[in-house]
Amino acid sequence: MNQWKNFSKGFIRENAVFVLFLGLCPTLGVTSTAINGLGMGLATTFVLFMSNIVVSLIKSLIPNKVRIPTYIVVIASFVTIVELTMQAYLPTLFEQLGLFIPLIVVNCVILGRAEAFASKNNLLTSAIDGLGMGLGFAFALTLLGAVREILGSGSLFGLKFIAGDGILLFILPPGAFLALGYLIVIMNKIKEKTT
Amino acid sequence: MEYVIIIISAVFVNNIVLTRFLGICPFIGVSSRVSTALGMSGAVAFVMTIATLVTYLLQVYILNPFGIAFMQTITFILVIASLVQLVEIILKKVSPPLYQALGIFLPLITTNCAILGVAILAQQNEYNLLESVVFGIANAIGFGLALILFSGIREHLSMVNVPKAMQGVPIAFIVAGLLAMAFMGFAGIV
Amino acid sequence: MAKKESTLLNMVLTLLVVTAVASTALGFVYEFTKGPIAAAREAKRISAIEQVLPEFDNNPGSEVKALAMDGDSVYLYTGRKDGEWVGTAVQTFSKQGFSGYIWLMVGFLPDGTIHNIVVLEHKETPGLGDKMEQEKSFDKKTGKSWSSQFFGKHPDNFQLMVTKDGGDVDAITASTISSRAYCDAVNRAYQAFKEGGNQ
Repeated sequence: MNQWKNFSKGFIRENAVFVLFLGLCPTLGVTSTAINGLGMGLATTFVLFMSNIVVSLIKSLIPNKVRIPTYIVVIASFVTIVELTMQAYLPTLFEQLGLFIPLIVVNCVILGRAEAFASKNNLLTSAIDGLGMGLGFAFALTLLGAVREILGSGSLFGLKFIAGDGILLFILPPGAFLALGYLIVIMNKIKEKTT
Repeated sequence: MEYVIIIISAVFVNNIVLTRFLGICPFIGVSSRVSTALGMSGAVAFVMTIATLVTYLLQVYILNPFGIAFMQTITFILVIASLVQLVEIILKKVSPPLYQALGIFLPLITTNCAILGVAILAQQNEYNLLESVVFGIANAIGFGLALILFSGIREHLSMVNVPKAMQGVPIAFIVAGLLAMAFMGFAGIV
Repeated sequence: MAKKESTLLNMVLTLLVVTAVASTALGFVYEFTKGPIAAAREAKRISAIEQVLPEFDNNPGSEVKALAMDGDSVYLYTGRKDGEWVGTAVQTFSKQGFSGYIWLMVGFLPDGTIHNIVVLEHKETPGLGDKMEQEKSFDKKTGKSWSSQFFGKHPDNFQLMVTKDGGDVDAITASTISSRAYCDAVNRAYQAFKEGGNQ
């Protein structure tokens, strides 16, 4: 597949959240604001990009039976790097994302891509796959975050455009489920119309 | 009294799935039938309890004394991955039909953020050994509760007319949202 | 795709090597980020001190006194302006929060009056116990938050307990435990202030 298709599939056709339904925990957990969704999306993209590269580089050195634990160590290492770096240089974002930063390691998107793609493709293709899927994930999270922030707080990226609170439900747990559910419905309707 | 608060909080007030958003992937994937939901809950309960116990010992006797607390993520996930392998082996021998029924979901317990999440939370809350184990069991009960409730609803949903665009995952999320709203009612209990 | 054979030796070796490389790399990153992480924590602490004390021009971080209390430590930071003692910020804690430890920074004027309180760290429930944070319970109409009831009060004539326990503090609705923990922390701060805050 050509590299542009490889890169862009992560955004719509094979979007991790809206089509593959992977990586749902952080999707619901950190999207009460658009900036949190974006921050988490970019952190995940970094881990996905780096782990795809490393897995693709060492794939022929790993005995088949220990490949999953090996991928996990690789992924967990990059997650720890993200943890430490964020704690040092972006402490506010670190506090906002909280528990979900170490949980990047169990984001099914990352392990899934390592197993399904990076272990079977060359370095360049794997890297671009990682970048595309990651940014597509970030896109989904930012979109959900924006919807919840606009409806729930009447602001976008921290800039308020109404006085007072919005529909508080959307920044609480039930709102996450509802907003995501309806976003998928809208996506489905768009797909119906374009096929 | 402390323990009662831990239990009520983990099962109802801060339900691991409906309030903390952990364990969503199996929540959506396994909950279409009550029988698989029960099996998954049992397996998760087993792994979660032992994982909380082992990771506690790991943190207190190895990570903290040696000053390598930053290795928490790696070591915890490796412990969980090994435990899941163990459960797979045991289940295959002890109950092959259950092993077959759970299928792909069994290895997927490793990536169940609920287990890693609970292990890390037990450390963050600075529980002692017994409190951590109780916390693990309570969260497993909360997970099972949410899963089984949800699968019961989904079984009913499958027999009803749902608009095409909403079928499958979207309606599941919307129902989950309503269930989460119901659980919010527990908020003022303690 | 040529993969190594899955012999026991190969498997163990691979895992050992990968883990060793990972641990070393992480060790480096840890050392590298230790400084900035500590600096970020320090900056947060200084910012909290600035919020709870009246104007000062010294560096409270260099005049810190640690007091061991109830199994942990409380820290007293002295604020001075033009050499005059303007107040002491006490970094206090309570272990009785709904979800565990809470950490507060309480600013006392020299006579013991509470000037301001800022929440440093907590894990209380969002929408309930987290109202102890000023931003979360801020009412635009009155310009006050839940913790405003403490400001300008002196612990000698304002009982630092929730009304349920016979005190003067209005607890956060449906968050008695969090409110009690907050009072516990402020009480501890006052005890520490009386013991070591005299400058």
